[in-house]
Amino acid sequence: MADLSLIAGKNRLPTIHPAAALVAVFLLFYPAFASNFFVFQIGAYSLVLGTIALSLMMLAGYGGMVSLSQLTVAGLAGYLMAILGDNSVGVMGLGWPWWLTALTAIFAASVFSALIGAISVRTEGIYTIMITLAIAVAFFYFVRQNYVIFNGFTGYAGVEPPVLFGVYWRNPTPFYYLSLAVAAFFFFAVLYGARSTFGLSLQAIRDNPRRMRAIGYDVTLHRIFAYWLAGLIAGTAGVLMVWFNGRISPGSVGVDVVIDILVIAVVGGMRHPIGPFIGALAFVLLENFAIDLIDRERFNTVIGLAFLLVVLFSPDGLLGLWMRMKDALMLKRRTPSDSGGGQ
Amino acid sequence: MLRTDALTRLQSTGQYALELEAVSRHFGALVALADINLTVKAGERRAVLGSNGAGKTTLFNAITGDFPPTTGRVRLFGEDVTDLPVHERIRRGLRRTYQISLLFDGLSVVDNVYLACRGASRGRLSLRRPKPDDAMTHSAETLLDAVHLGAERDSLVAELSHGQQRQLEIALALAGAPRFILFDEPAAGLSPTERSELIEILQALPAHIGFIIIEHDMDVALRVAESVTMMHNGRIFKEGDPEEIENDPEVQELYLGGEHA
Repeated sequence: MADLSLIAGKNRLPTIHPAAALVAVFLLFYPAFASNFFVFQIGAYSLVLGTIALSLMMLAGYGGMVSLSQLTVAGLAGYLMAILGDNSVGVMGLGWPWWLTALTAIFAASVFSALIGAISVRTEGIYTIMITLAIAVAFFYFVRQNYVIFNGFTGYAGVEPPVLFGVYWRNPTPFYYLSLAVAAFFFFAVLYGARSTFGLSLQAIRDNPRRMRAIGYDVTLHRIFAYWLAGLIAGTAGVLMVWFNGRISPGSVGVDVVIDILVIAVVGGMRHPIGPFIGALAFVLLENFAIDLIDRERFNTVIGLAFLLVVLFSPDGLLGLWMRMKDALMLKRRTPSDSGGGQ
Repeated sequence: MLRTDALTRLQSTGQYALELEAVSRHFGALVALADINLTVKAGERRAVLGSNGAGKTTLFNAITGDFPPTTGRVRLFGEDVTDLPVHERIRRGLRRTYQISLLFDGLSVVDNVYLACRGASRGRLSLRRPKPDDAMTHSAETLLDAVHLGAERDSLVAELSHGQQRQLEIALALAGAPRFILFDEPAAGLSPTERSELIEILQALPAHIGFIIIEHDMDVALRVAESVTMMHNGRIFKEGDPEEIENDPEVQELYLGGEHA
């Protein structure tokens, strides 16, 4: 029940778990002992992917809406960084200052997300998945075929974060801390928001939309608002994503990447905002090191097998697996002689 | 035409809590409600009786908008609400309970009632956590005490017994200044003790709150209601005070199998 209480908020005053404190210290000092590759390609990338998956976790875990468009929302923000800001391909690149570009990109992405919400919230379950997947596929083909704005197949390159306070933010350590700050901000925002009036109402809508209407809630409005908030998270992560890659093209928003985000959220677990980050770390580690264990072309087989194993043995992801192991251990410790008792 | 409309509205304002005018509900070829005309005064307590499939719950669904009527008009405190969505009707003071408890299983008991209190007020989209001294939290706790669930404040709904879930179901309907409530078989599956507790709760409701109660248990229905509507095959079959209905030979024939009394 421990995992449920996190969502249901039985603990009114949050106490800091020693393990959580350890993780926080580790994350803060990580660049001090890790190589650039581990700081940038593993650390920062996991945080960025985790943040995109967090926006899906928020919609699916609290709102019961599995949206496959969250990467598309992030992708739009990434494209807008190249279109409104600077790029090196000589198409668009309006040269707006970086902060205005970033704010506009994030806001536009959130509105796009709300629109996707408005289209899909009247559906449930598998139909939501289908509609949001259709939107993701449509966006992919649209940017691939549109050369005027999205520069078609080639996309954009040379999209860089600014030099600010004398720091080039694409260097591994600064970028790592930037990603960590964004990820931590949204992680704690979602954690806090889950117990807010709106957070509670979203979980109640997940449990029973019909009853929510019968106590005075406009369920459609609440769902669309949730999409808008998720769009802010995904959009911000999208800005980081394009800064991380330095480029964006239709391949960045393709169906395979869309599915990756779903895999990350499901493998990590959708019942707590830490799940997507666990999933993202597992995914990035597999993506980078599966080739050491197995042939390069077999990467997707490994990912697929890992996904199947997790879904088969722990429908609530690695997080759920961990919670059950902890519960089982604690139960064992507490009642070593109680088995079969009470008969 | 307009003047008659205005006149009707003026006449009915404050006088009737609920007016149904030729309300029908069809599910394909099935006529679940046929031409129902029903008025309930403000503060009136009415029981709706009838066998299974008589259309009682469908009547509730038509009133709340869960399944809007196919034809006909629904007026709430003189206002035509036929075309309003469910939540708008709730914000006008209408409440209901469900025959099978519809609760928020993943949330605590107090959060269930807190949301119900908040639902009828402002700040539903607030991204801030309710403070412990929040007015809504306070009224949620008062309400929990009223339905004898104070001790279960922090339990998850999934951990409650059937009887407790029924009580929570009622608490959700009492939240946020209701003016008219539809109780759909609130006593179903309750123990005799819980049943008398339920009757106490219903009798203790402030006089201005009217309600309709669907109840198979005649004892419960007749102890809390001052008027009775009998339904049969989607139609209103008889209306009157409890005594009249109980002693009506046709009603006895139809509903009580002719052996009662």
